[in-house]
Amino acid sequence: MTDSTLSAAQIATWQARLPRAFGPPISARIGLWIGAIAFVGWLAALFWWFDITPARIWRGLDGIGVILRLMIPPSPGEQWRDILRGMGESVAMAFLGSTVAVVVAIPLGFLGARNVVINTLAHFSIRRIFDGFRGMDSLIWALAFVRAVGLGPLAGVMAIAVAEIAVLAKLFAEAIENADPREAEAITAVGGNSVLRVRFGLLPQVLPVMLAQYLYQIESNTRSASILGVVGAGGIGLQIAERIKVRYWDEVLFIILLILFTVGLIDAISSRIRRRIIDG
Amino acid sequence: MTTRTTIEQDWTRRRNTRRLATLGYLIAIAICLIVSALVSEAYPAALWAGLPRVGEYFGKITPTLHWATLFGSTSTKGALAYWFYRVDSWAWLFFETTQMAALATLGGSVLGLVLCFPAARNLAPNRWVYVLMRRGLELFRTVPDIVYALILVWAFGVGPLAGILAIAAHTTGATGKLFAEAVENADMRPWDGVRSAGGSWMQAVRFAILPQVMPNFLSYVLLRFEVNVRGAAVIGFVGAGGIGQELYQVISLNYYEEISAIVVMMIVVIAAIDLLSEQLRSYAIGRISA
Repeated sequence: MTDSTLSAAQIATWQARLPRAFGPPISARIGLWIGAIAFVGWLAALFWWFDITPARIWRGLDGIGVILRLMIPPSPGEQWRDILRGMGESVAMAFLGSTVAVVVAIPLGFLGARNVVINTLAHFSIRRIFDGFRGMDSLIWALAFVRAVGLGPLAGVMAIAVAEIAVLAKLFAEAIENADPREAEAITAVGGNSVLRVRFGLLPQVLPVMLAQYLYQIESNTRSASILGVVGAGGIGLQIAERIKVRYWDEVLFIILLILFTVGLIDAISSRIRRRIIDG
Repeated sequence: MTTRTTIEQDWTRRRNTRRLATLGYLIAIAICLIVSALVSEAYPAALWAGLPRVGEYFGKITPTLHWATLFGSTSTKGALAYWFYRVDSWAWLFFETTQMAALATLGGSVLGLVLCFPAARNLAPNRWVYVLMRRGLELFRTVPDIVYALILVWAFGVGPLAGILAIAAHTTGATGKLFAEAVENADMRPWDGVRSAGGSWMQAVRFAILPQVMPNFLSYVLLRFEVNVRGAAVIGFVGAGGIGQELYQVISLNYYEEISAIVVMMIVVIAAIDLLSEQLRSYAIGRISA
């Protein structure tokens, strides 16, 4: 080993003994290349399918440039009263929808909890039903309710409530499952009946979680409620869709900023209340 | 005896104040509810008139299936095939929707990956870049993708491209913020090692930060993909491609049974994608951390 360079034979011995030290094996390398080619092929196919060409992107960016120039400075426009009323409607829709959803979701949450409904098959299928409903966006519900009860915020309230029930029911079921059973056992041990067991053994544990979820959902539903108007279900979404149709871009930006501000405000309020509840 | 009465009196007093406070909160909530009911036109009369129509509507949507002819052809009334008579074109639209979501997730998260490093407090060159980037990402995240779609349909024309770009814009903000938070939680000792061995900023990101955060990033991207499939399914409502456009048509034209057929397909597709992505997530995390 006086010579610092290795002979070809030595390298071959070492490569035979420790193949992985000389990079990944040939099969892995081929696999990687096939994967990379398949990925590029998939991308190319999608670009061709969706007709994504540099020229089209360029023209679109040009259009966005024009829109952005027209957006600045944002302006509330002549009908700023309508905009404010729309925002108020959205917040009211979110609040009312979430509240209705909570009222319906509490019994459903008990139904979906493993420690309440012990039958595994029943538990599994109830949970899958919740999941199925959760997959449906509130916009779809809004569109359906607009056909059923007509244009206006009432359809939006119903859409938010229905879309939210499944989400809250699942969260509530998990909260009930996570409750410590020993507190309820203690109530039984001192002679309490089942009503007292729920009131003093279960509710103190799950109520803060439920309230926190409720407050969080009000905030998240304000976001949803601000776009439901796009399909005619009232609120600020209607205002934004109308102004995009007539290309009042400065008012569009104003509405977007107003939505951001309102959601931020509700987020701040709800997280303050949430912190107070959690701290007791 | 006197101590007991004082304790009892104290307890009663505390309980009474507490009950009064609860009552106060309940009254406040009730007032808010009444105000919102007035603002959102949810009057009792409107509700009373509306609820039967809702029931009627969902009754019409429910398909009429008969046991006797359940497995009949597309022209037999009461057959599954009759209900799903356009299943082939819908399946293709669902495929289009998932591909839109996949492309948008890919584009958005690549952009998020590029932008997340200057938006992380520990890697940003200075405070100003950090604050600007982080607020910018949050701004992009807060605007719903359907609002982007409304605007982009003007610029790029009706079709999937506008939808893809809209979802990608929202995804950039959402993943960028989460990525930046993951980078902030990374262990900085490997970073110091690479830097003190003479590595550049790029090399330090590649060899010190990326290996730590990659499993997190991948699981965020897959979760985002699930969210984006839901988003892509409705973004067609404003003309941005996918199954949403078809669903909008079908609902607007009151093709009742087709509505329920598409909705059932949507629930199945979304559940399947959730399952798939969950498998991929656990596989990817296991592979990388092993």
